[in-house]
Amino acid sequence: MRENKGETPAFDEGRVQQIIAELAVMEGPLLPILHALNEEFGYISDEAVGLVASALNLTRAEVHGVMTFYHDFRRAPAGRHLLKICRAEACQSMGGAGIAERLLAGLATDWHGTTGDGQITVEPVYCLGLCACAPAAMLDEKPIGRLNLDKLDAALAEARGK
Amino acid sequence: MTRLFIPKDVGALALGADDVARAIQNLVTARGIDVDIVRTGSRGLFFLEPLIEVETAHGRIGYGPVGVSDVASLFDAQFLAGGAHGLRIGRPEEHPFLAGQTRLTFARCGVIDPLSLADYAAHGGWRGLKRALEIGPAAAIAEVSKSGLRGRGGAGFPTGIKWKTAADASADRKYVVCNADEGDSGTFADRMVMEGDPFMLVEGMAICGLAIGANKGFVYCRSEYPHAIATFTAALAMARDEGWLGGNIQGSGFSFDIELRKGAGSYVCGEETALLDSLEGKRGVVRAKPPLPAHKGLFGRPTIINNVLSFAAVPMILDRGGTFYADFGMGRSRGTMPIQIAGNVRYGGLYETAFGLTLGEIVDTIGGGTASGRPVRAVQCGGPLGAYFPRSLFDTPFDYEALAARDGLLGHGGIVVFDDTVDMARMARFAMEFCAVESCGKCTPCRIGSVRGMETIDRIIAGKDTHANIALVEDLCQTMKFGSLCALGGFVPYPVLSALHHFPEDFRSPAMSAAAQ
Repeated sequence: MRENKGETPAFDEGRVQQIIAELAVMEGPLLPILHALNEEFGYISDEAVGLVASALNLTRAEVHGVMTFYHDFRRAPAGRHLLKICRAEACQSMGGAGIAERLLAGLATDWHGTTGDGQITVEPVYCLGLCACAPAAMLDEKPIGRLNLDKLDAALAEARGK
Repeated sequence: MTRLFIPKDVGALALGADDVARAIQNLVTARGIDVDIVRTGSRGLFFLEPLIEVETAHGRIGYGPVGVSDVASLFDAQFLAGGAHGLRIGRPEEHPFLAGQTRLTFARCGVIDPLSLADYAAHGGWRGLKRALEIGPAAAIAEVSKSGLRGRGGAGFPTGIKWKTAADASADRKYVVCNADEGDSGTFADRMVMEGDPFMLVEGMAICGLAIGANKGFVYCRSEYPHAIATFTAALAMARDEGWLGGNIQGSGFSFDIELRKGAGSYVCGEETALLDSLEGKRGVVRAKPPLPAHKGLFGRPTIINNVLSFAAVPMILDRGGTFYADFGMGRSRGTMPIQIAGNVRYGGLYETAFGLTLGEIVDTIGGGTASGRPVRAVQCGGPLGAYFPRSLFDTPFDYEALAARDGLLGHGGIVVFDDTVDMARMARFAMEFCAVESCGKCTPCRIGSVRGMETIDRIIAGKDTHANIALVEDLCQTMKFGSLCALGGFVPYPVLSALHHFPEDFRSPAMSAAAQ
């Protein structure tokens, strides 16, 4: 994941074109291209949208429409680490909502927000498939089950230290 | 050399399996012990994860849940020879949670190395595909029909009929699509297959390709499952290298390949037609049916779209015969169902069994009640669009028809348990909120109804015009149920109305409750 590779690279038209050229041969290439751009740059810029549209013979509006439909595609860079906290029913049954509330208060941010130091972006997620060890979260790609604030604090401290 | 099995299923990782594996590795290196560590999927006993197994002369012996701090004492107790220890559970298959199961689909999961073709073949792998190649497409479809298998994604449509429809359609090309967009809270069976026994899914999809005359398959997996994506991607490459995918599979003349595609965080893309649009590179908007995907699906071509568990059941059906599979189950629900017991439950995990257990047996006997130790108040069956059941309906058998008869649904087989601290008005509100967040926006009842429903339930919770607003929610739910294009808007009334009807006390304002007393 992008978050573990360090700083987000600046927009690079050559690299965008390269990604598009590599993936445009697929059947239905738009989502794979958007995923690749999102991972490479940490978000999808307006310039990139224009390049994708012209390569796939779509309007910018069509690409914009697809990009904004899906929760994963970002229009602005996230923090260095992405923390996804499950809000779905199984996690609620184990007190997940209260944990998330206290965490957000502690980080002084809200859902979709990033901490002041630019380190952690918190996103809600509806199910991580960890429902038998709820509540659950995922920090970058590290899953955390039977979540509590101590476990979260430890994971965040470790991530920040990297 | 002693073989030690440590799961790498994401559920086990979430409970520290990697840390335990590292501690064991460090210790065997330091002490110079000869151990072969095999990373497996999960047996599905998440209350015992990380569950570590040692191969001994008396079979595999399990220890769990193992923490890093237990590792030294396990070695001191000679656990590599199956020695006594407080965490020793004996042979896993004799553990009550596993002993009562009928594992057909999940027979290998947690047992084999998911990325070993030799393990897969040694445990009955590829026999279904080989038989399908021998008997040919028509006979293969006949076996699937005979098995009584119904779509395990939730809709329960007979798989054999669907396959026959696509097989009979003529087109320049056809597609096989696997729906691995397992978004329902309380479900994780698809994920466990992809992480723990990925070649079974490859085999099931290849059989489908042969049966309907398709050479290309797609697996659409949700992006929330990075571990499943990694394992399945590796499995595809291995299957291709060994000639189980690609041109002229095992010299049979049949060619079939699979591409894995990642979703992008949209729940509605688990709806089959929205999934097809998403695969085509569009917004995941639901299509009106007809045309059915079996006639006009991906890129307008005849397409079979089935859930992971449906494809996963097929190799066994071809290998053992449709009748073997149909002999399990009750009524029109044939075969086995991997029930996923989750939420506030003591023994959470995957329980594969023939249809027909009652909710009470699943929650109280198998699940052992709540994790919190408080009384069970409600269970939600079938994901965020499934109904909430109170204890008074715990005699309901877990099958498609019995749940439907009580205004519920089986869905993808998930059960989420809640204790007596749950506020059912808040759960009803959450169902509407979830629908509002995830609606594709195509049809009005879902797009606008969910937002209005959320606002109205907020007013009920605030104690404003409670009676009138409850009547409004009831009416709105009828509109959503009958007017929505797909199951998202159409089924969200299940959790809302079941909460309202079975737990009316949670919808009264404190003032009204006081007056009633």
